[in-house]
Amino acid sequence: MTDIPFLSLAIWVPILGGVLVLATGSDRNAPLARILAFAVAVAGFVVTIPLYTGFDTSSSAMQFVELQSWIPRFNINYHLGVDGISVLFLLLNAFITIMVVMAGWQVIQERVAQYMAAFLIMSGLMNGIFSALDGVLFYVFFEASLIPLYLVIGIWGGQNRVYAAIKFFLYTLLGSLLMLIALLYLFMQSGGSFSILDWHQLPLPMEPQVLIFLAFLIAFGVKVPMWPVHTWLPDAHVEAPTGGSVVLAAIALKLGAYGFLRFSIPIVPDAAHQLAPVVITLSLIAVIYIGFVALVQTDMKKLVAYSSISHMGFVTLGFFMFNQLGIEGAIVQMISHGFVSGAMFLCIGVLYDRVHSRQIADYGGVVHTMPKFAAFFMLFAMANSGLPATSGFVGEFMVVLGAVKFNFWVAFAAAVTLILGAAYTLWMYKRVVFGKVANSHVAELEDINAREFAFLAILALCVLAMGLYPFPFTEVMHASVDELLRHVAVSKL
Amino acid sequence: MTDMQKLYLLVPLAPLAGAILAGLFGKAIGRAGAHVATILGVAVAFVASVFVFRDVQAGNTFNGTIYTWMMAGGIKFEVGFLIDSLTVMMMLVVTFVSLMVHIYTIGYMSEDPGYQRFFSYISLFTFSMLMLVMSNNFLQLFFGWEAVGLVSYLLIGFWYERPTAIYANLKAFLVNRVGDFGFLLGIGLVAAYAGSLNYAEVFAKAGELASQEMAVTGWPLITAICICLFIGAMGKSAQVPLHVWLPDSMEGPTPISALIHAATMVTAGIFMVARMSPLFELSDTALSFVLVIGATTALFMGFLGIVQNDVKRVVAYSTLSQLGYMTVALGVSAYSAAVFHLMTHAFFKALLFLGAGSVIIGMHHDQDMRNMGGLRKYMPITWITSLLGSLALIGFPFFSGFYSKDSIIEAVHGSHIPGSGYALFCVMLGVFITAFYSFRMYFLVFHGEERFGKAHHDHHGDHDDEEPSEDHHHGLAPGQKPHESPLVVTLPLILLAIPSVVIGFMTIEPMLFGEWFKGVIFVGENHAGLKELAEHFHGPVAMALHGLQTAPFWLAISGVALAWFFYMVKPGIPAAIQRTFKPLYVLLDNKYYFDRFNEIFFAGGSRLLGRGLWKIGDQGVIDGVAVNGTAKLVGWVAQISRLVQTGHLYQYAFVMIIGVFVLLTFWFNRG
Repeated sequence: MTDIPFLSLAIWVPILGGVLVLATGSDRNAPLARILAFAVAVAGFVVTIPLYTGFDTSSSAMQFVELQSWIPRFNINYHLGVDGISVLFLLLNAFITIMVVMAGWQVIQERVAQYMAAFLIMSGLMNGIFSALDGVLFYVFFEASLIPLYLVIGIWGGQNRVYAAIKFFLYTLLGSLLMLIALLYLFMQSGGSFSILDWHQLPLPMEPQVLIFLAFLIAFGVKVPMWPVHTWLPDAHVEAPTGGSVVLAAIALKLGAYGFLRFSIPIVPDAAHQLAPVVITLSLIAVIYIGFVALVQTDMKKLVAYSSISHMGFVTLGFFMFNQLGIEGAIVQMISHGFVSGAMFLCIGVLYDRVHSRQIADYGGVVHTMPKFAAFFMLFAMANSGLPATSGFVGEFMVVLGAVKFNFWVAFAAAVTLILGAAYTLWMYKRVVFGKVANSHVAELEDINAREFAFLAILALCVLAMGLYPFPFTEVMHASVDELLRHVAVSKL
Repeated sequence: MTDMQKLYLLVPLAPLAGAILAGLFGKAIGRAGAHVATILGVAVAFVASVFVFRDVQAGNTFNGTIYTWMMAGGIKFEVGFLIDSLTVMMMLVVTFVSLMVHIYTIGYMSEDPGYQRFFSYISLFTFSMLMLVMSNNFLQLFFGWEAVGLVSYLLIGFWYERPTAIYANLKAFLVNRVGDFGFLLGIGLVAAYAGSLNYAEVFAKAGELASQEMAVTGWPLITAICICLFIGAMGKSAQVPLHVWLPDSMEGPTPISALIHAATMVTAGIFMVARMSPLFELSDTALSFVLVIGATTALFMGFLGIVQNDVKRVVAYSTLSQLGYMTVALGVSAYSAAVFHLMTHAFFKALLFLGAGSVIIGMHHDQDMRNMGGLRKYMPITWITSLLGSLALIGFPFFSGFYSKDSIIEAVHGSHIPGSGYALFCVMLGVFITAFYSFRMYFLVFHGEERFGKAHHDHHGDHDDEEPSEDHHHGLAPGQKPHESPLVVTLPLILLAIPSVVIGFMTIEPMLFGEWFKGVIFVGENHAGLKELAEHFHGPVAMALHGLQTAPFWLAISGVALAWFFYMVKPGIPAAIQRTFKPLYVLLDNKYYFDRFNEIFFAGGSRLLGRGLWKIGDQGVIDGVAVNGTAKLVGWVAQISRLVQTGHLYQYAFVMIIGVFVLLTFWFNRG
């Protein structure tokens, strides 16, 4: 059992499967491409399951480790492994890929094979990011994953897709270059190692630590995105097709946050401590400022995009308080946000597919014609507002609890999201779903079909399961988070 | 798991099963299936609660975990039950009133297309409320707290095509969230400093908490915890200034006004504070805060009841005022009196609401009292039961409300904490006001001239945010007479009328002066609580007879008499007073301008701020200057450098020579 390279499978099954889907060629074979893509997505999820079932929760060490020499001259290795911090993201990623394939089933009618392949390949690459233990390998996956997303927005996106795609690409590229410099510096300092685990042990003086921290902060902060480098996200979301938005929100945003845990905090712990107030301030600005901005959005997708930024503010806040509740709460929030924001974008997609508008003002009284949809949308809206018994509550609750311990005023500011989150989400829900039937488009709406029911129901179950019983999720991460905290507490100077 | 533990689980799970059946399979099981399933679920919960009650009476309590929700940061987050005298009393009240409301709903909602959905919601509410009261920890308390808020939101907006209903439910949710904001911080403080969320463990550390100060702010810890928790109670139990959602919640169907917005959910805050008595007792500052807020609510919300014309709104303001009384009781450490009043109020206020609902059915969904009058002839059962409910509400001796309200007033009398003087004034004057508006409504509805069937007012009530009337408010056609409601409506009225009359008489002795709450509710040595009252207590009959000679009784009688004089004898007087004291009337009619202020300052201010941050911050500065500015800068540099690329060889050669010359000069001078 342990000999099977599950991590490689998690990476290469979707990528090679994606290439296979691509091989079905033109849209004449679209039905085949869809079925094949679905099979690959499911297979990609199945191979990640052993990562959870076979995971040793008592250990903080890297598990399922694979190590092959790749470019010996520079000591670059194909080095994979997961710990309690990363393992859940592989499962989430593989799971979301199935949702995305299902969501694009009927809506995408042009270049079906390419569309499906882009998502499958992206899924594999992102699994690579979450499991890479070699700096160069990480960087390659990190950069490569930009390309499919860029293509998805640029080809299947809305009217302004080119502007959004380029903005997205340039923004993230800027960060990536700084990260590359930091990686090369670490390579030099460590005497020629690209192993991330070696870097964790590498002693560094304060000045380079601060510079490295800042480089990583920009690289990962853009991805999260943190205020004030967030403005690419609403544009990208608005132009992206539904599947693109789902992956962007559910997985892509997590890459940056993951980077903080794998790179910034353990490699330069002293700088992380010193600059924590900066990050916490930026996070709180994201929570409150962006919450207010979300309130006045007229475009549903923009609203959910801003709500994503606000929720991700909780993640970065949780990381930099350096206590167990904060970090675990932040990771839980990332997983939950994957379900909830994914579901919110899918719900908006369901409406968009029918009416071809994302404007709140074009809707009203949807519940009259789509009662089943309204029920699901209500659940996800409540989860987005952080209602207990949904997954959205767990992470926010843990982070607020961690914050009270850390500094009451930080908790005070963070808890404002309780009011703002409910305000922007439910106000949108009210205008879209409740009220009298607003116009003939709404009057003619058909309720969700079996396929849409299926993916919304699966996500609803996830949201409720995680809200009612988060124990299995947090259990996985305890050992690794404890180890991280122990590691960070020791100065490297 | 013992049999008793299975029984505990059965209490919340039976209504949940009913809710799931009616909610998810409503079409399959039909209307009758839905009400049978949910009523059965609640009935099972009620019967099981009775068994639990007998068990607790026999001295058995329980405090245990069902499952561990999560472990993190050294804290165990659990779902579990605490079954003691306070819990079981709440269980009985919740399941009994819920059962009555379920039965009543068969009649009230008979023509509504959302029949199954409604039953599903009220059963879900019953489940949530039971989880709230049965909890043994703060986490589950918060779960139940938010879940009842959710169901309340869904039910206020039950008629989702009405603009007023979906305005009211959003408002209710958001105002409650403001309270929850404080509540969550309070729970956070408990977790951070006590290291546990389990009641018993936290209470065991109460003394330790009381001696601590908060890390950053330097505030006394216990006061901060209590005030934060109480802010949560202010939202849920609608205390000034977070009361604004409750009157608007009357947009929901009447059965839920009775169940959620009078008898049970809104009392969750009172219950919570009583449960936390070991913490609140350690902070006089927090108690004074509680007292002043409660007293203000009790009196000033009562005033508003006087100017309402919508039957449901009168009852709603009276609920606010009575919640104020309960809060006052908490403030003077008379927790058991607060809980006692909570119980009697649950019965008589549910009765009054359901009575109002019966009137509304009889009036064909006209809620304006100005169109009523003389209904006693047509609706005898509704009339008698409403009279009994009103007498209980004003605290007429021997009725349940007398025992609970009089105990509260006596407790305020004996208290010496800051604010108790003001509170005494408020609760005394409040008695008069309560009697006046209650009997104003009673006379306008059931006595006097028959005003229905004439050209009726188009609007029901005169609240400013009201849209023109909907098809729900048609009222009686000319010549049409009101009619008594069917048995499914009147039976709950009768069954609620019985405890409204006798429950106080029967239970005051064990609840307030006996051993019932011993070990559950804690009163500090330095607080009077009900001690003084207990010394003078010689049985319920003596208390009622003594009550006939005291000021509250005469205040209540004069309130009733004044209402009788104004609305039966000289109906012209109220209008004349209204004209004479116009500014005062306008102030009351606008509910002290709370709504207007919130609408402009908070709602409008938030939108303005949001738009400013978006247009100026995001689009102007970040995108406009930083992002696009960078792009422009790059473009500008490109344009400048393009100038240099002229394509003329002599210019290139010239620049090259100059360059070489500069370099050489530089190099030679270095040496």
